[in-house]
Amino acid sequence: MNRKILGAVAIAAVIGGINTAQAQGRDTVSVVGSSTVYPFATVVAERFGRSTSFKTPKIESTGSGGGLKLFCKGVGAGTPDITNASRRIKKSEFDSCQSNGVKDIVEILVGYDGIAIANSKKSTQLQLSRKDLYMALAKDVPGADGKLVPNPNKTWKDVNPGLPATRIEVLGPPPTSGTRDAFAELALGGGAKAVPDLKTLRGLKSDQVDEIKASMAKLGIPAGVYQALVEKKGKAPKGKDIFKTVAYSVREDGAYIEAGENDNLIVQKLEANPNALGIFGFSFLEENGDKVQGSQVDSVAPSFDSIANGDYPVSRPLYFYVKAAHVGKIPGIQEYAMEFTSEKAMGEDGYLPEKGLIPLSDKELAQVQDDVKNLKRLSM
Amino acid sequence: MSKESFTNTAAIQASLKKRYAREKRFQWYGRLAVLTGFVFLFILLADIVGKGAPAFTQQYIKVTVEFDPDRLGVEPGASDEELRKADYLGVVKSSLRAMFPEASGRQEKRQLYRLISIGAEYDLRDYVLDNPELIGQTLDIWLLAHAEAGAYLKGQISRKIPEGDRRVKDIQMQWLDTLREQGRTESRFNTLFFTEGDSREPELAGIKAALYGSFFTLLVTFLLAFPIGVFAAVYLEEFAPRNRLTDLIEININNLAAVPSIVFGLLGLAVFINFFELPRSAPLVGGIVLSLMTLPTIIITSRASIQSVSPSIREAALGVGASPLQTVFHHVLPVAMPGILTGSIIGMAQALGESAPLLMIGMVAFIMDVPGGVTDPSTVLPVQIFLWADSPERGFTEKTSAAIMVLMGFLIVMNALAIYLRRRFELK
Repeated sequence: MNRKILGAVAIAAVIGGINTAQAQGRDTVSVVGSSTVYPFATVVAERFGRSTSFKTPKIESTGSGGGLKLFCKGVGAGTPDITNASRRIKKSEFDSCQSNGVKDIVEILVGYDGIAIANSKKSTQLQLSRKDLYMALAKDVPGADGKLVPNPNKTWKDVNPGLPATRIEVLGPPPTSGTRDAFAELALGGGAKAVPDLKTLRGLKSDQVDEIKASMAKLGIPAGVYQALVEKKGKAPKGKDIFKTVAYSVREDGAYIEAGENDNLIVQKLEANPNALGIFGFSFLEENGDKVQGSQVDSVAPSFDSIANGDYPVSRPLYFYVKAAHVGKIPGIQEYAMEFTSEKAMGEDGYLPEKGLIPLSDKELAQVQDDVKNLKRLSM
Repeated sequence: MSKESFTNTAAIQASLKKRYAREKRFQWYGRLAVLTGFVFLFILLADIVGKGAPAFTQQYIKVTVEFDPDRLGVEPGASDEELRKADYLGVVKSSLRAMFPEASGRQEKRQLYRLISIGAEYDLRDYVLDNPELIGQTLDIWLLAHAEAGAYLKGQISRKIPEGDRRVKDIQMQWLDTLREQGRTESRFNTLFFTEGDSREPELAGIKAALYGSFFTLLVTFLLAFPIGVFAAVYLEEFAPRNRLTDLIEININNLAAVPSIVFGLLGLAVFINFFELPRSAPLVGGIVLSLMTLPTIIITSRASIQSVSPSIREAALGVGASPLQTVFHHVLPVAMPGILTGSIIGMAQALGESAPLLMIGMVAFIMDVPGGVTDPSTVLPVQIFLWADSPERGFTEKTSAAIMVLMGFLIVMNALAIYLRRRFELK
């Protein structure tokens, strides 16, 4: 008999719990998005939860692309209020947001992050250029006759005679990661620009169809690429679109190893294999300075200062996006954004730079604080 | 006696030695296999315990704190609201500066402040809220050390590493050594580890939120999987007709037991979150998903256990006039119960250690607040371990191993309970 009562009480408690929760909507701010912004967002959430009467926001690490997909699904308690991104929102994502009723989005720039290309301290620090990275890691690179061929380079010496003759072996994040997108754009794209023919192609406008086709033929890019882009975009592509398709593709023959979103794992693997290089955010390099070292890229080593003043070429902005329709409905959203952008968090002496975030300039910070206060709507 | 049989015996005797040797060899292979298993288990456990043990102690530093009303920005006799907003961080910083006046320059001061955990600010706030008469007084208070300072005090950071590569700098080591000489450092049992939720500061992080999350998730799993599983097993074993349909159902249940758990997560995302619009990251959805995963285990073990009940018990019950329902509930189920419970507990233990399906339904998240019900956002123990393993701060390495030790402790307790129940209720 006792057991029956106990069971009934338990079931009633569960059902009661569900009912009250649905009636109240949601009282915890829900944040999703980039694994690079995650360490910073969680620090802000923790301080916010400890110092105010609001509940601590819930932060999920889904990757920039995954976060924006969830964010743009619609408006309502079932969808996230904020998404973090380690790149800017794409036009296609913005359009998908609009068509799902997520009309008002506030864009907030939080700072910068450098992407480190690091190896174990047991081996020597490498001096790389962006072109070396492109030649080592792109899927297709220019061959002897200037036409693109599947990447033939096996060792770093093949890429640049000044580099050691070790096998090209790079551990990096998977395609869902914003770090990967940014690396492709900044390092591979930046390196490809050093190839004159690719640079010419990049500069061509969409109405210069014949020039684009001629340039493609010179580089040995199949004409199907152009056609595929026409179909994808619904209009004539620019030379830059072709360039992106070609230059941002990472090789898939085993030289680039997808190591998941777990950056600590990459650090551990680098320790075990001194010949390998790893790609991860600057904050992980800073925390593991006794185990790994960042390679110099275009003769600049990744450091707090070189990223902040823009000398280090492989760095990118970090953002978060707020769903304005939820502000006022779910408590704490704007207050959380204000805490994030406050002087004591994001200022030069704030607690986020302590954790490895490269802060904004004073002028940028003032602008961002203003945007948060007025919930400035993003338009694209 | 013929010559032939004589040679036969000789042949047998000749091969006898070989056969004994073969048996010996086989026994040695077996011992070697067991030994290898044990060596691996031992290495794993030694590694986890070795890494995790330091997480159970925590370092405190005695700081002379002056509750200066000006520095706090409050008057004696201020209201709770004013006390809540006072500048406790400023007090911690000025107290540290007073203890080490030689720290000069921005960089050195910052390193000085890094000796104490950021949690000290909130500890002081709560302390003053409880004792408002402290305003204006000066007293010695034990404050929690920063994770890196704590690591040095625990002897985990060697001075041999070049200064540039260490997180604790020479000057900080010097200060910590001075504090230690003055008896101002202390190592205590880490209670915060059991009373706090997740945190981004290793010294403040605890597993309470994850433990509660695991509890709520398993509660939902148990409430759903146990009755459904047992009733399905009873029906299939005692009442269902034997035909093609029941054969098909049986094959499907057996196959379901072998489905990778991530598939259940995808199902949970599509059905419970997208279609029924249940909340993300909630133990409710996690529990439902895990109960789908445990159901086949419970059904299969329950059926096996009902099957093994001796038919004489059924026949005797029916013989004295019990109805089939009475036979099952009064006689068969009680005898089968130990087996059913064992199966259920093992299924629940599996569910406790599962993280892959929860990845899809948003339970992999930073959650600091302890959940109060099945619809509050929460995480579970294995997910907490995964999140800590992924954190950049070095102090989380030991927390990860410590959390693994706690999880393994629970699994061992659950498995021991299963064995105990089987022994206790087994009919002799």
